[in-house]
Amino acid sequence: MNPAMTASTDAIAIRLQAVSHTFAGRPALCELSADIRRGVITGLVGPDGAGKTTLMRLMAGLLKASAGSICVEGLDPVSAGDTLRLQLGYMPQKFGLYEDLTVLENLRLYADLRGVTGQARADSFERLLAFTDLARFTDRLAGKLSGGMKQKLGLACTLLGSPRILLLDEPCVGVDPISRRELWRMVSSLADGGMAVLWSTSYLDEAELCGEVLLMHEGRLQYSGSPQALMDSMQGRSMLLQDIVGNRRQVLQRALRSPAVIDGALQGHAVRLVLREAGVLPDLASLQAGPDASLQRVKPRLEDAFIDLLGGGPGGDSPLTEHMPPVRLPAGVDAEAVIVAEQLTRRFGDFVATDHVDFRIRRGEIFGLLGPNGAGKSTTFKMMCGLLPVSSGEARVMGLDLKKSASQARQQIGYMAQKFALYGNLSVAQNLGFFAGIYGLSGASQRAAVADMVRVFGLQPFLAMNAGELPLGFKQRLALSCALMHQPPLLFLDEPTSGVDPVSRREFWSHINGLVDKGVTVMVTTHFMDEAEYCDRIGLVYRGRMIAAGTPDALKTMVASAELPDPSMEDAFIALVERDDRQREAT
Amino acid sequence: MSLSLRRLAALCRKESYQIVRDPSSILIAFVLPVLLLFIYGYGINLDANRVRLGIVQQDGGVEASRLVQTLQASPYIAASLSNSETAMRQQLQLGSVRGVVILRSDFSAKVRQGQGAAAIQLLTDGAEPNTANFVASYVQGVWQLWQAQRLPGQAEPAGLTLQARYWFNPTTVSRNYLVPGSISVIMTIIGALLTSLVVAREWERGTMEALLSTPVTRAELLLSKIIPYYLLGMAAMAMCVLVATLVMGVPLRGSLWVLFLVTSLFLGSALGLGLLLSTTTRNQFIAAQFALTAAFLPAIMLSGFVFEIRSMPLAVQAVTYLIPARYFVSALQTLFQAGEIWPVLLINLLFLLLSAAFWLGLTAWRTPRRLDGN
Repeated sequence: MNPAMTASTDAIAIRLQAVSHTFAGRPALCELSADIRRGVITGLVGPDGAGKTTLMRLMAGLLKASAGSICVEGLDPVSAGDTLRLQLGYMPQKFGLYEDLTVLENLRLYADLRGVTGQARADSFERLLAFTDLARFTDRLAGKLSGGMKQKLGLACTLLGSPRILLLDEPCVGVDPISRRELWRMVSSLADGGMAVLWSTSYLDEAELCGEVLLMHEGRLQYSGSPQALMDSMQGRSMLLQDIVGNRRQVLQRALRSPAVIDGALQGHAVRLVLREAGVLPDLASLQAGPDASLQRVKPRLEDAFIDLLGGGPGGDSPLTEHMPPVRLPAGVDAEAVIVAEQLTRRFGDFVATDHVDFRIRRGEIFGLLGPNGAGKSTTFKMMCGLLPVSSGEARVMGLDLKKSASQARQQIGYMAQKFALYGNLSVAQNLGFFAGIYGLSGASQRAAVADMVRVFGLQPFLAMNAGELPLGFKQRLALSCALMHQPPLLFLDEPTSGVDPVSRREFWSHINGLVDKGVTVMVTTHFMDEAEYCDRIGLVYRGRMIAAGTPDALKTMVASAELPDPSMEDAFIALVERDDRQREAT
Repeated sequence: MSLSLRRLAALCRKESYQIVRDPSSILIAFVLPVLLLFIYGYGINLDANRVRLGIVQQDGGVEASRLVQTLQASPYIAASLSNSETAMRQQLQLGSVRGVVILRSDFSAKVRQGQGAAAIQLLTDGAEPNTANFVASYVQGVWQLWQAQRLPGQAEPAGLTLQARYWFNPTTVSRNYLVPGSISVIMTIIGALLTSLVVAREWERGTMEALLSTPVTRAELLLSKIIPYYLLGMAAMAMCVLVATLVMGVPLRGSLWVLFLVTSLFLGSALGLGLLLSTTTRNQFIAAQFALTAAFLPAIMLSGFVFEIRSMPLAVQAVTYLIPARYFVSALQTLFQAGEIWPVLLINLLFLLLSAAFWLGLTAWRTPRRLDGN
């Protein structure tokens, strides 16, 4: 027996000992020690920039660690790379597929590269195509597959040669929740068969399902072990404040001022709170949540524990609230319909990206467009900002028709684009100056606006730094301050917090909540289910159409059933999408 | 470095699918060459046959009329006649004539006195010195011819006449040396520009990471990029040679196997350079920018294909020795126009070989097996 075989009888597939890695002097990983076992899915969990990808690449032998030791199947991944590459399946982000090759050509390529030939090859193609349900699509170009199908093909290519260890780098980015669940089932069955699986993700709800997790933040390991144990340690500290009368955003703000509360977030009509200590409750009267309000214990989430590990949330008061003046609507603008879409449609050739969509948004409301990638939410969003011409139907903001006066309408909108759209090689101060300039501020008023934003968002220490070098959380602050420079009555946010750590996300939403209380109207696209809970109303976009709309609680009620009395937002989403699929098939 | 034929074949097959399915690579490899050949072969013409010449005839004498007739009869001159000097000067300014010959009113008288040359004035456009020189020498030629005709009895004033004979390109058709030169530009585009994109594309799309996590070796990775693009380059070369010889009538006097050898060696360095840029920048846009500056522009400016190297400043001449296109152009022009002149070819072959070894070696050295360098 060779050493690799004896090592494999061990329950531990990968052992990390004091692993550190630096890129050009910058630490990416710091003194990381952990074991990854066979037979379970281990979640590698953390926000963007936490070091997840670096760690995976070190294990796959694609990078050499600066310090510490990594043992994969008892071997060093760099010096024993040739041996290990046959035992290790690594699926990088974007799945590593050749988009101009067909499904079968991709499989053949990776089979040849991994030395899967002859009968073994025919067998594994048959098995994998059945497993991934791709047999019908073997002649389709990989570039023409949906996100979920690409993900499955990527997995199939990685599984060729029957690896004993599977490394999946953010396999669910850009994939709809239905495909996510499907992939999860597939990978679980592999783990049940004894494979060691490492699954990296920035979604904490996804991580809750893992057998074990490595929680990472800024290159350091915050926790390793079972997520259940971590959530159990929070027992009694997660509470739900229900039956609130009045403004639930202000209730949340008051709750976060209480020393007994370390974190809080909106959840539909209720407010979810994490206590500093189990049993020590905030004074219910001081929350002014109405006579019927009650605090009830709920099951802790991994996110609660993560925020606790990071030292608690950011508090509920946003300095932005004091700074922004209340929004006054000009005469003639209906406060019930500051943003209106009527039969809004956008065609690209034969393809209808947005198909007769209707909604109207009130002053001071947060309206969310929720949907998988490619559903048409970005197209709808871009038409509402005047960035994309309307094919047919109406789009109006503040009473202005976007077909006629797009540039006037844009002046009313603060727009924060996906990935923040900052100028990476300009300094923070230059970015602020530039965005103030394009919104028509100059001279003393520009200086005043920039100074206000610097004070409100605490950007002073970073003014000279290039925007590209900022940590993600600060990039988000900068992007928000650039969008708010001209104090717009409307704020459009496109995937505002994807990949950002939960504490920064909390902080971001505390700003948004503050703005909304001043009468700012917010439209947001997201694929984060818990972010959707912050919205007053949600429009569910799927295949170009708005298939359902309503408050988060109303959407959940729509799908509640005997076997699922208390569905989550994700359950609601999946059920509504499946219902729509059935209806379309029927017609 | 070990080599598995199965893996190499799989990678080459993948690369070929990508070439065939990417319309831009077919465009660059087959459509662009034909376009360039025709532009250089027909669009650009460095010969100034039939220059437009204005003639101002202010003298009505027999001598003047005869000279005008001789000028009009010349196959190199398209003459237009006027008796207004100002009108002709205007035409010269507009560029509708390239030169103006003025025969003053005392021309015939002066010619009879033996001072003809003093009575004829030639104006040319000095802003285009090349054309101006052509005009001057054509008019000079006609003048001499006319003098010889005028005095048939006492012709041949001196004992010698000059009979010019141009070797290798007897009719001095510029197409015959521009087309072989433009082939070097085409091969540079295919070799360097196309390959500058291919490795960078793998990095950008994240497929390189997936490849590196399989048992692929460095040699396989490198060869799988070189072989398909070498074959593509050779196919484009074959097409260029066919178009040049059969369609455009450019002579090919050397043998095909030497042409094959020269092209292979040149492609070696062009592919090496393109892959090196692609490998080190890992970004298609930057790699293509570098390829344009480092390969395409020198191939046009410094290869001696349009601009003669010997008339460049010494420092620039020194730089041309580093440009593989220089040797390729020289070898191509020799093979097409003169045939196998071994002293010239051997030198060029040697330098092409060195250059190919240098660029391919550098690429092999820089091709990573890990994400962080080697």
